Amino acid sequence: MRAASRADHTGVLFPTGGEFADMTEHAGWFAGLDPGDTEGAAERVREGSADGTADWPALAVDEGFADDEAEYYERLHEATMAAASAGVHERERADDKQLIHAVRAMDDCERTANELAERVAEWAGTRFDDAGTGVDYARDLAEREADPADPSEARLIALAERTAALADEADELRAYVEETTPSVAPNLAAMAGPVLAARLISLSGGLDALAKQPSSTVQVLGAEDALFAHLRGSAPSPKHGVIFTHEYVRGTRPDKRGSAARALAGKLTIAARVDHYSGERKPDLDAELDERIATVRGTAEEGSGNGSDGSTGSDGGDDS
Amino acid sequence: MTDLPAGVERRAFEGGERLATRGEPHYGEPTDGEYRAWNPDRSKLGAMLELGMDTGLVGGETVLYLGAASGTTASHVADFAGPTYGVEFAARPVRDLLDAAEPRDNLFPLLKDARKPETYAHVVEPVDAIVQDVATRGQAAVATANAEFLREDGRLLLAIKARSEDVTRDPADVFDDALAELESTYEVLERRRLAPHHDDHLGVVATPR
Repeated sequence: MRAASRADHTGVLFPTGGEFADMTEHAGWFAGLDPGDTEGAAERVREGSADGTADWPALAVDEGFADDEAEYYERLHEATMAAASAGVHERERADDKQLIHAVRAMDDCERTANELAERVAEWAGTRFDDAGTGVDYARDLAEREADPADPSEARLIALAERTAALADEADELRAYVEETTPSVAPNLAAMAGPVLAARLISLSGGLDALAKQPSSTVQVLGAEDALFAHLRGSAPSPKHGVIFTHEYVRGTRPDKRGSAARALAGKLTIAARVDHYSGERKPDLDAELDERIATVRGTAEEGSGNGSDGSTGSDGGDDS
Repeated sequence: MTDLPAGVERRAFEGGERLATRGEPHYGEPTDGEYRAWNPDRSKLGAMLELGMDTGLVGGETVLYLGAASGTTASHVADFAGPTYGVEFAARPVRDLLDAAEPRDNLFPLLKDARKPETYAHVVEPVDAIVQDVATRGQAAVATANAEFLREDGRLLLAIKARSEDVTRDPADVFDDALAELESTYEVLERRRLAPHHDDHLGVVATPR
């Protein structure tokens, strides 16, 4: 085998068939590549692999891929830049990544619209007797006052218009999230609702990352501050993170919320894994969750039925 | 105080004397002519140099940088070193790393997982130094897996982040375990906590066994 004679030189060999194949008997990214083929080079950098390293620059010059090391590095720079750039674009274009941006933007728009609405209300209070509060009032004001009385009123109206537009965008983003999440994560979206599903994906950084989390982590996603306070030893462990917004947690009486959160997180984790690894919709999962929660709540009702914690129950009712 | 690598200088900036390299500014750092300040509070390798650790770097060497992130430190390394391979697995920071690599012909960005050296062994040549700053669990395992790239007399410049391994354990115990794991592959030449620049980080200089 001619391959054997090159073993000491490259350290990396692939078995080859042809008599004249000794020019490409290594796994280097440039093996057999046309020096002008940037696209092919980027592809090699991204997809290739080798069992071990070798003196690639020397090898490339030997084989005539480059005239000298300077030219090799020039081509390597071009290839790695193109490969990394393509890789970044591909990963950032992935649907779950788009969803993450959308749900974060939705939260930003809602929060900012609310802040601006407060400013509008405060300002309007100094000018109109019937001034109200909230985003709804900002919308009213934006539509109503077509003919401002003076420059400062003109600014106030303009601010109300911006606020209304931002609130509209938040609504549009919510609609986009509700429409997109089921295609990205059908089971998770069905079980958690599209917005909460998108938040969970956002908090873990992607559907792939969420699918790899243990359910104990999913249970407290969004409660990181409380979790780390607990790990430092200065606080009790948090019972739930963002999954608190789910009816199955919030709607369960306080003394059973920990159990409900644990049960919900367990099923959400399974849903995320099915979505990531198979992508098939499995309605059975929803039914299993419904059943599990009914059990949790059933025991809760029995508990308060004995009259031992009736006051806790009524407190919980006031919360919601 | 040991010598700084050629290409790294102490220069007077507003607020005192600081490490600096010569190159295109990358992250809004203060500049003085062609020089740009290297902030040890934002860079583990910068802190190792600032604290006088003997990194063995002389300038011009071939470097494999694991955990290049957005290129804050990697850009300084590329300013004084030779061919610099920057490995980073997260897509978002690589967007910034690309900006750092654009004007630096010797900085090669690789969107790869440092835990899987076989996915970039077809690109990375044997190197004189490995700089490692990866914030994942199993930092010693990453250093071990990449040892094949390091020349016999090369240097591993490793920053171990205790909190990446286990937030609940005493950092000193985490460091002991990591060093013990390194032992089979590397001989540790120097170790030092990177405080006050970085809390709960250990700087390690090692060479292959």
